[in-house]
This record gives sequence, C-alpha cells and structure tokens, in this order.
Amino acid sequence: MAPVLKVDPIPMVKATKGGTATVVVKASLPSGYHANTNKPTEAYLIPMTLKWADGPLAMDSVEYPKGALEKYAFSDKPLSVVTGQFSITTKFKVTGSGGAGPAAQNGTLRYQACDNKACYPPKNIPVSFTVNVE
Amino acid sequence: MRHLIRAALVGIVALGVGTVACQSQEPAKKAVKDDKDRKMAPDFELKDASGKIVKLSDFRGKVVLLDFWATWCGPCAIEIPWFVDFQRRFKDRGFEVLGISMDDDGWKAISPYITEKKINYRIVLGDDKTGDQYGGVEALPTTFVIDREGRIASAHVGLTGRKDFEDAIEKLLEAPVGKAADSRPVGHGGAGERADGTGTQGRPHPHGQGD
Repeated sequence: MAPVLKVDPIPMVKATKGGTATVVVKASLPSGYHANTNKPTEAYLIPMTLKWADGPLAMDSVEYPKGALEKYAFSDKPLSVVTGQFSITTKFKVTGSGGAGPAAQNGTLRYQACDNKACYPPKNIPVSFTVNVE
Repeated sequence: MRHLIRAALVGIVALGVGTVACQSQEPAKKAVKDDKDRKMAPDFELKDASGKIVKLSDFRGKVVLLDFWATWCGPCAIEIPWFVDFQRRFKDRGFEVLGISMDDDGWKAISPYITEKKINYRIVLGDDKTGDQYGGVEALPTTFVIDREGRIASAHVGLTGRKDFEDAIEKLLEAPVGKAADSRPVGHGGAGERADGTGTQGRPHPHGQGD
C-alpha cells in the first residue's frame, strides 16, 4: 500500500498588495516510509517539489526541508530523505491579482516515497490556502 | 532437593529438545508454489522500445521472470544486475526475463537506463491496466516467476533475495516440460529479443528451440 503524505490545513493568510507573505506547509509521512528531499543524492531519484499556480500571490522562493542522510538496504550510499513530520516554507510576493478580498492560492506537492524494500510511484497532491489581500 | 534440581534440569533439556525438534519440523520456505496452487499469469500486450508488441503468451514454454520496475526505484536497481546475470546464465535452458517499466516518462527515461545498466533482456512499457491485471502493482519492484505453462509460481513484492529468485528459476527449469511447452504460440518476436527490441540473442527462432 502506497504511503499517503498528509498535509496539514494551511491557515488563512493576510497580505498587503505590494508586500510579501510567508506560508509554511506542514506535512508528514507514515512511520517506516521516507521521501526524497528536493536535492536527492542520486540522479535517478525523483525530488520533492512544491509548485504554486498563479494567484493573488507570486512565488518568490521555496525552502525545502534539509532532511537527513539515511542508509537503506537498497542503496550503497546514504540517501537524502525526509521522514515523519517536515515543513516547506514558501515566500511570496503579493501581486493582488484578482483584486482585494479572499481568494484561493493553489499548489501541488510532488513526492516519491519508499520504504526499506520497495518504492512507490511519484504522487502529486493538491495544496491550497486562502489569502486575503487588503 | 537434588532430585528437584535434576528434575528441573531434565525438564529444561526436554523442552529445549522439543523446541529444536519443532523448529526442524517447520516446513522450509518453498521456492515455488505447488502445481495445484498456481494461477495463470494474465496475458498482456505492451510495446517495446521499437514499438513492437510483446505479449506474455509469446513466452509460453519458457520460464519467465516478470519484473515490474521503474528507473526511479532504488530497490529495482539492486535486482536488475541479478536479472541481467540470470538472463545470461539461464537463457539457453528456456528462461527469459521480461521487464515492465512503470515509468511515466516512458522511453525518454528508460532507454538511457537500459544502456547504462547493460540490460540484456526485453523491456516493455507498462501501464496501470497491466498493473491492475497483476493485483494492482504499486510497490516496486514486484516480480513474478512464471512457469513454462504460463502460471505464476512465485510472487515477490519489494527487494527480494537473489537466492530466492535463483531457487525458483532452477526449480522451474528442472521441472518436466508440460503440454504447454509443446504447443507454444508463434509470433510477435517476443522472447529472445534484447531490451532495445533489436537483437535475437543468437536464436533465430525464439520459440522454435527445444528447451
């Protein structure tokens, strides 16, 4: 059974047009599973990515969890992975496109998980929050 | 008091012997399922890198190691060199490895990997339908060892011991050839071709050789 990465609900963000906003996505993997970080140690591994669609906010930068180097039965070298709970921080510029008031900001978190013996296909999960531009 | 201690010691020794006896009576893990417990491996039609259709039934009469894998799968990368070795060692005894890649990126990802890993067996591009036919393959690698009659003799989810595969293959290759082996279907150039779909591994009639 493929592990389901759980993303916590993101609280509403208040932002001012022309300003910046920071959003933290908190996620967790079930025990016994790991996912590659954004910078996997092997070229063949699929990195974790968080992408945001255009909305009231424009993505400026994404800070991924550093993760840890872990050794697994299927790899000669330690792999850069996240386990358990982790956070991804996105810094946005507030464009305010769509005018003032609440609006949805949508994104996609892509990850590829394994356990100690098997790997599971990459998955894309929707991530969204409400932003209220003043 | 001495009698009590002696009785206790005898009891402990007896218990130990009993435990050892019980352990020795545990059936060893079977390399393959019994004949009566084997089910037919679902047939499929998938394309290799050259676009040629490959059907599992093309391989009837051979022992087949069917490997669901992907280029992004670390455990698969451990097993693939074993399968390359199996293909080299056992092919002349009526054995073939068939890899089903579950890569979403298709041949763009698979072809360089085949070259890098020097894969000497047939690779086809899989899809969810094929995975579903085999019970919803999600964890990779998932590997089936199929007997000459096209029945699943063993199934392995996740990284498996090399010896488990070897034992299963040897067992199936040693088994008497059944009827199916003598009524092999012809066509589609499936068994015997290389991963890139070009070669024939020196066997001009892939299904025509005695196994």
